[in-house]
Amino acid sequence: MKDTDIKRLLYTHLLCIFSIILSIFIPSLFLENFSVLETHLTWLCICSVFVTAINLILYLVVKPNTPSKRSSLSYKVTRFLKCCIYFLLSCFFFHIIFVLYGAPLIELVLETFSFAVILSTFTTVPCLCLLGPNIKAWLRVFSRNGVTSIWENSLQITTISSFLGTWFGAFPIPLDWERPWQVWPISCTLGATLGYVAGLIISPLWIYWNRKQLTYKNN
Amino acid sequence: MQKISVLLFLIWVSFLFYMGIALFTSGFLLTRVELTNHSSCQELPGPGTLPWGSQGGPRACWMASRFSRLVLVLIDALRFDFARPQHTQVPGDPPVSLPFLGRLGTLQKLLETQPHHARLYQSKADPPTTTMQRLKALTTGSLPTFVDAGNNFASYAIVEDNLIKQLAKEGRRVVFMGDDTWKDLFPGAFSQASFFPSFNVRDLHTVDNGILEHLYPTMDSGEWDVLIAHFLGVDHCGHKHGPHHPEMAKKLSQMDQVIQEIVKRLENDTLLVVIGDHGMTMNGDHGGDSELEISAALFLYSPTALFPGTPPQEPEVIPQINLVPTLALLLGLPIPFGNIGEVIAELFSEVKDSQPRSSALAQASALHLNAQQVSRFLHTYSAAAQDLHVKELHQLQNIFSKASGDYQRLLQSPQGDAAALQTVIAELRQFLQGVRAMCIESWARFSLVRMAGGAALLATACFLCLLASQWATSQGSYFYTLLLPMAWGLAGAIVCAGLLAATGLTLDLVVLGALVAVGSLLPFLWKAWAGWRSRTPLAALLPRPGPVLSLLLIRFAAFFSDSFVVAEARATPFLLGSLILLLVAQLHWEGKLLPPKLLAMPRLGSAAPAGPPRHNSSHALGLGVGLLLCIRLAGLFHRCPEETPACSSSPWLSPLASMVGGRAKNLWYGACVGSLVVLLAAVRLWLHRYGNLKSPEPSVLFVRWGLPLMVLGTAAYWALASGADEAPPRLRALVAGASVMLPRAVAGLAASGLVLLLWRPVAVLVKAVAGTPRTRTVLTPFSGPPTSQADLDYVVPQIYRHMQEEFRGRLERSRSQCPMTVAAYQLGSVYSVAVVTALTILAFPLLLLHAERVSLVFLLLFLQSFLLLHLLAAGMSVTTPGPFTVPWQAVSAWALMASQTFYSTGHQPVFPAIHWHAAFVGFPEGHGSCTWLPALLVGANTFASHLLFAVGCPLLLLWPFLCESQGSRKRRQPAGTEADSRVKPQEEEEPLMEMRLRDAPHHFNAALLQLGLKYLFVLGIQILACALAASILRRHLMVWKVFAPKFIFEAVGFIVSSVGLLLGIALVMRVDGAVSSWFKRLVLSQQR
Ligand SMILES: [Zn+2]
Ligand SMILES: [Zn+2]
Repeated sequence: MKDTDIKRLLYTHLLCIFSIILSIFIPSLFLENFSVLETHLTWLCICSVFVTAINLILYLVVKPNTPSKRSSLSYKVTRFLKCCIYFLLSCFFFHIIFVLYGAPLIELVLETFSFAVILSTFTTVPCLCLLGPNIKAWLRVFSRNGVTSIWENSLQITTISSFLGTWFGAFPIPLDWERPWQVWPISCTLGATLGYVAGLIISPLWIYWNRKQLTYKNN
Repeated sequence: MQKISVLLFLIWVSFLFYMGIALFTSGFLLTRVELTNHSSCQELPGPGTLPWGSQGGPRACWMASRFSRLVLVLIDALRFDFARPQHTQVPGDPPVSLPFLGRLGTLQKLLETQPHHARLYQSKADPPTTTMQRLKALTTGSLPTFVDAGNNFASYAIVEDNLIKQLAKEGRRVVFMGDDTWKDLFPGAFSQASFFPSFNVRDLHTVDNGILEHLYPTMDSGEWDVLIAHFLGVDHCGHKHGPHHPEMAKKLSQMDQVIQEIVKRLENDTLLVVIGDHGMTMNGDHGGDSELEISAALFLYSPTALFPGTPPQEPEVIPQINLVPTLALLLGLPIPFGNIGEVIAELFSEVKDSQPRSSALAQASALHLNAQQVSRFLHTYSAAAQDLHVKELHQLQNIFSKASGDYQRLLQSPQGDAAALQTVIAELRQFLQGVRAMCIESWARFSLVRMAGGAALLATACFLCLLASQWATSQGSYFYTLLLPMAWGLAGAIVCAGLLAATGLTLDLVVLGALVAVGSLLPFLWKAWAGWRSRTPLAALLPRPGPVLSLLLIRFAAFFSDSFVVAEARATPFLLGSLILLLVAQLHWEGKLLPPKLLAMPRLGSAAPAGPPRHNSSHALGLGVGLLLCIRLAGLFHRCPEETPACSSSPWLSPLASMVGGRAKNLWYGACVGSLVVLLAAVRLWLHRYGNLKSPEPSVLFVRWGLPLMVLGTAAYWALASGADEAPPRLRALVAGASVMLPRAVAGLAASGLVLLLWRPVAVLVKAVAGTPRTRTVLTPFSGPPTSQADLDYVVPQIYRHMQEEFRGRLERSRSQCPMTVAAYQLGSVYSVAVVTALTILAFPLLLLHAERVSLVFLLLFLQSFLLLHLLAAGMSVTTPGPFTVPWQAVSAWALMASQTFYSTGHQPVFPAIHWHAAFVGFPEGHGSCTWLPALLVGANTFASHLLFAVGCPLLLLWPFLCESQGSRKRRQPAGTEADSRVKPQEEEEPLMEMRLRDAPHHFNAALLQLGLKYLFVLGIQILACALAASILRRHLMVWKVFAPKFIFEAVGFIVSSVGLLLGIALVMRVDGAVSSWFKRLVLSQQR
């Protein structure tokens, strides 16, 4: 039972990584002059859309959490709308945090915001898919002994590693190497992406290695 | 007794750090005193007549000028082997083809075709081989060190006598093109100049192409006497690609082209000098003293014959600064006053004359002038500074007087033989070379042993801090563990030093201090080692690496990158913000952030944190965001380092007087005074909140009346300073007098406030206690007055509890009429009140030294530290009865905030960014000959944040106890919950707050010791990182621009911080002592 779960987790994560790789290569078939560094914003949008789409699809296909009892259309619609609002709010929240951390306030607003969008895609979207628009559940997952399934555990790991990647991505900015990727926010977005990918890879492995110690109480 | 030993131990640790810093500095930062004397044309350097009599032309000075014009081509980093001629292949040697070899074909051709006109030398540069120091040397003829004491740090302009200055004085037209370092060194000295930015070492062509654009037209125009072209391409190519890159060949070929073009345009009265200021290593770097770095090419050429003989097979090796006196005499200028170079005698021989005697006489006269000048310089220098060897100096003076006498005698006898002349020349040269050697010995040599020793001492001191901070709380009898080895070592070291001194060995004070430090460390290390070998494993004592320590490690590593040092003003707030978010996240992770209600899920797995969270800390998130906001706002007051041209400094750092708009000025003035008032009101409100404002003690009275006076004085001073120019003429004298008196008055008030605080530090309401009738007697098992410390330790909490009950009883009896009930809280905050009062009193005079608008930053500083303390307190739990600990994150956040405030108050760790105007606050006319007072004022301005945060350090320990009152009060609000019903009766009583610390004096002292050690550790690894960076990267391009100034600032900052820390801890101990005696008096009065 548990091993099959971990396998499913691994496959879904591989699909996510695959979608990110696709977002790098597919657009160059359709768009001229497309490259991750030069047309960075375009790539950010495409990557965000890809990752969101694959997350949604996986959520619908795999259904990691127990289906809710209420399944009326209106409930689903309000839930979806709520999710959208939460996503937007998290984008604004991240934007504010970036500005507090030293991002320029007025210049490069679009860049900063798209960075916030991509980080939300890596962190908020999986949360929304897995836990729904339920802040309490989110807070529970991100506290000690709060996880109740391997899905939540992997969510915890990927989110934290995305944040860590973003954080480390800020380090090359002051260096005087004069590389094109040192410009705000490219190194941070790349860091976030790498962190997300690393989290996707690490979490199944980590769960596999610690499967003896991990005991979840299913609600 | 214990308190004294805590302080002693901290002083000893600080002493270790100081000695490490001193030892490192003595090996790394070589110093020299700059003299401002100038040579003049009319005044010969010594007795004697002009050798040329009156026959010198209009351009004759000490000597008749030989060339009226000079072209100086300075090719940066032109190593000697770049210019070395490629002789025909010697059979048997393997053919060498390196990109840089044999590219300067023009030089070779000139040397071969015109052997009497051209000469190539291998010139030896003196370390530090950095461009600015070399340029200084090439114009002053001296040995510049990094800290040329006496120069004004505000600019790089050369104050010493130099060639450019002499040229300008003689009215020669000096045209310059190239590296813009010259603009800083010789502001306004050139008749025509085109400067190009030298900062970007990746750019090989901008400077060179810019020069080439101007060079030939200028030469052709003829409107110049001296033309200087400083090419940077070769140097930048070295930094970017290294010398072994094909690009270097291209660059050198381009330079060859340039020389060829120049030679074509030379006229007969013109001298061409091609010179490299230094060489480069195999990697293309420079700055140090390796053979490749110091060997540079020097090439001389003139269309008229210069040399009597043909060039030697192997070019002669000469010191680089020999060019200075040579050029001065050839151009008919006086030799710069501070020159210690020796003229290149060959150039002063008569070429056409076959008589060896007149040729030798000409050489001797040039050398004699040179020697006279050097002797005059030595005389003046040794009167101004004591860093030259007395014995050697004496010997050299003897050599000189003998040579001079011989020379005079030869001049008198016209038929003196050539052999005697040669001996005089040899003597003069011996003197000049001896002087150079002596100066190099004391000015221009890194001492790697001292640097390594200093760094090792610093590292050991850091390790000691780490270890002892763990021991301080973990071991019972730690005082003996910590103090005994120290005492033994100190005694042993002093005996050693005494023996050394008795045996007559002269010992450097720094080395002696370092020996004492090492000697006192050894027993300690031995103890640690023994402890590690036996029962207590060392690993258990060291703190486990957590996220906070890795953050510290990142900060440590950042000191090794010049980019990060330059960008530290942005990096520190980033790290601080990260630490704050980490704290908030950790709180959440531990489940302390939100009330458990919000987490609907029952906790699983291991048990939830023991007991309900002490603080209702849902406001921690708000605190975190508020802190981030404050940090960001403080970041708006940002001064740019000069290395980043794209950045623009905040206009708010300039004084209000520089503003033009009247309205905006008034608004800003209002904001500044407003921030002062808010600061004052906040402090008073805080004191009121803990009830200490009602106390009749003098220190509290000072807060109530003295602080507003200080605010008034500051505001009035600002008004005068910002509007001084607009004052009507009648009031000028009044305004001037007031702007002298007001800052002094504020400083005097602050000093008296501090004295009052130290005299009566306990801000509690004694009268209210004594005046009320007792309802219950103190439960004390002792019949007499307390005699021992143990008695007191037992009695004091009893009294405290009793007093609280009594106050509560009064509160219930007469809730309406009694405004004194808050006095019950007074004792609970007695320590932090003293510290906060001291901080506020200190802040005002420091604020006065800054520009007006920095007061907003000071307000933010207080707000920020308040928020941070609350956030930290939310994460800490008070463990009664001890041991108390201050976690690492608290100390590192505090240290980070100190350095963040350093930047947001408009400082940068470079000398030109120092706020020199601070020296004139209260002393608008200057200080006369007094130097320590302006240094103190400027230092207080620069290290204000270090001082404030270090003095405030004990708050980190005290604040969680202070927050206890809020916690318990809030907990009682929601009645009827399960948690409330479980509260035991004794928990209902008023919180003990800081009296908990008094309950366990042993733990209190240990906690203070631990706090001090941890803070010293966090600061210590910074200074260690700076020292290591400066020594490892001493070849780096930026070492004198970035790393060395950073080290100096860090070192001084460390000293200021450690002193502040000791003062802060001593203040807390003073309060503790005063509280003890207060209790004693209370007990005595009760027994009467
Ligand atoms: Zn140079
Ligand atoms: Zn260079």
